[in-house]
Amino acid sequence: MADIHSVIGTKNKKGQTYTDTWKLMNEAPRTPSFFTGSEVIKEALRRASCDVMIAYPITPQSEAAALIGELFAEGYIGDYFRGESEFAVMSQCAGAAFGGARVFTTTAGPGTMRAMENFPMWSGARLPIQMIVTCRGINSPLSIQPDTLEIAYLLNTGMLVWHAETAQDFFDWILKGYMVSEEPDVHLPLALCCDGFFVTHTKDVVNLTPADMCLPPYDPYRSPVPCMDMECPPVRMMRDPFVMKSNYISYATHASWQQEIWAAVERSRKHSIHWLNGLIDTENTDAEIIIVASGTAVSQGREAIRLLEDEGVRCGLVKVKTLRPWPEEEIREATKNAKHIFVPEFNVTGWLAKEIKATIPNHERVHAGPHVCGGMTMPPEIIVSEIKTALGMKTFSLAGRGS
Amino acid sequence: MSDYRVLPGPEHFLPPAAASMGICLPNPGEAHINGVIAPEEKAYEEAARQFLMAKVPTIFPGPLVLWAWNEKAAKKATAVRHLFNTLVECVQPGQKPMLIPMPDYRPKYPKINPEVEINPNHPNLTIWHNRIDCCMFIGVHCHQANLSLKIIRGGTSCYTIAMCAQAGHEDAMLSFRDASVEKIMKLADTVKRLKGTVQPRLASAKNGVSS
Repeated sequence: MADIHSVIGTKNKKGQTYTDTWKLMNEAPRTPSFFTGSEVIKEALRRASCDVMIAYPITPQSEAAALIGELFAEGYIGDYFRGESEFAVMSQCAGAAFGGARVFTTTAGPGTMRAMENFPMWSGARLPIQMIVTCRGINSPLSIQPDTLEIAYLLNTGMLVWHAETAQDFFDWILKGYMVSEEPDVHLPLALCCDGFFVTHTKDVVNLTPADMCLPPYDPYRSPVPCMDMECPPVRMMRDPFVMKSNYISYATHASWQQEIWAAVERSRKHSIHWLNGLIDTENTDAEIIIVASGTAVSQGREAIRLLEDEGVRCGLVKVKTLRPWPEEEIREATKNAKHIFVPEFNVTGWLAKEIKATIPNHERVHAGPHVCGGMTMPPEIIVSEIKTALGMKTFSLAGRGS
Repeated sequence: MSDYRVLPGPEHFLPPAAASMGICLPNPGEAHINGVIAPEEKAYEEAARQFLMAKVPTIFPGPLVLWAWNEKAAKKATAVRHLFNTLVECVQPGQKPMLIPMPDYRPKYPKINPEVEINPNHPNLTIWHNRIDCCMFIGVHCHQANLSLKIIRGGTSCYTIAMCAQAGHEDAMLSFRDASVEKIMKLADTVKRLKGTVQPRLASAKNGVSS
């Protein structure tokens, strides 16, 4: 493998030019395109110099897995195949990443849950796999509708977890995500989440980088752990890890290992700030009322703020971009003036509100809601109603909206 | 900036990862000393001083420099040998520099022999039962190095230095980043320049540090 910098400016087999990622993302011309979120995932992958994509066809949640199959047919992906289940896919992703490949996959809802055992294994093995999570309901009765509960389960896996609001976020963050997760001091998998259907199935204008420019390839020789020859893996290392021993140093080593994963999540903070221009975005944080949200709840919150302004109520907004690393300092600073903090979420448990309550002083300021789940939409009016109720203002009910 | 400092231990039954205590890695051209970002020039001086003060200054070369898997690795190995030879030339009687290779990370059965090798999975043993009071990791994969550096800090009083080819190590007491042949040679030159100006800790080592 040549040094990454030496390939910048050269062409790959498809004629794309390996381009410095900062220049690609910030200086290259952008073309407005009208795509679904699934198509945007495909277009990002076209530019991602991806070695291996392993698919489980998560249709109807997203067509991305199938669309990336088309990319493979066109020659943009090094290898592509379908696993027999989500668990198999995530295990196969691990194998490809152990061998030094840049790996991509997609999942959603029950598939995420089925594959869950693999995610702490990925982070423990320092595999910088990128997994798109197009969130959907996970509980019985089965739902294919958007619901972000599965993100709560990913938060303690040791993976980086980002939550995209729009298809534009998705396009940019897929490419930037590899830059963060492949840093040798990070080298962790990334769960790049979005709210399924709302982002994957709707069309939006997305500004794309040129299709003839692509990311520099992954350099596995910078990995913090040795790459493995997966055709002849070091079985003793895989089969007989030190942790199987029962003695003090084995336990201490395993403890140190776990600490190192979370240290790597911390180290990703610097790189994430660099690439995402901060872990949060803020508007009007001098206001006494702040909405803190992630994913498409940000869009709904933004619209609610507009409606409130029409009624003379000033409200600020915090868009949480990364859930791991968690923007603790940033949220504390952004909410320091707030008397009321509202956290609208597309899930029943309110995991984001719990995270925020654990982060800020005087957490009684946090109003966990409104919540919708199971595929319900979140009209901005219910956020407005929640805020006005908390402020003791007269509001109207949306209870009969579905009748 | 964090108040936490990365200091020789024994620190704790389970010491925290320095990164979780707010210690950040240096940017290119910088190093860190005890968790505080410092100019690289200062780090050369401090690393050389620690080597010359130690009773058993030790270099642990890992697989990335031990195996000649490319030309750069082979040159680094030669530079590491030069650094070790320089240490041998510059220490005073009673000091015992050592060069202990760490060829791979496989579990060793039935048990590791800490008298002849280091394995990052068993670093407390490999500090020679705390007789090694200053060590430098070079060519050790970052993940493995961090495991060891934390365990060493937790259970021993060894001063740890990382000559890292990537982004550096917060869990070492002193860390360089982007290690190159030139940086290793510069450290050797600094050791040579400081020869005779640093008092070794022989007395204190004899009285208990090496217990």
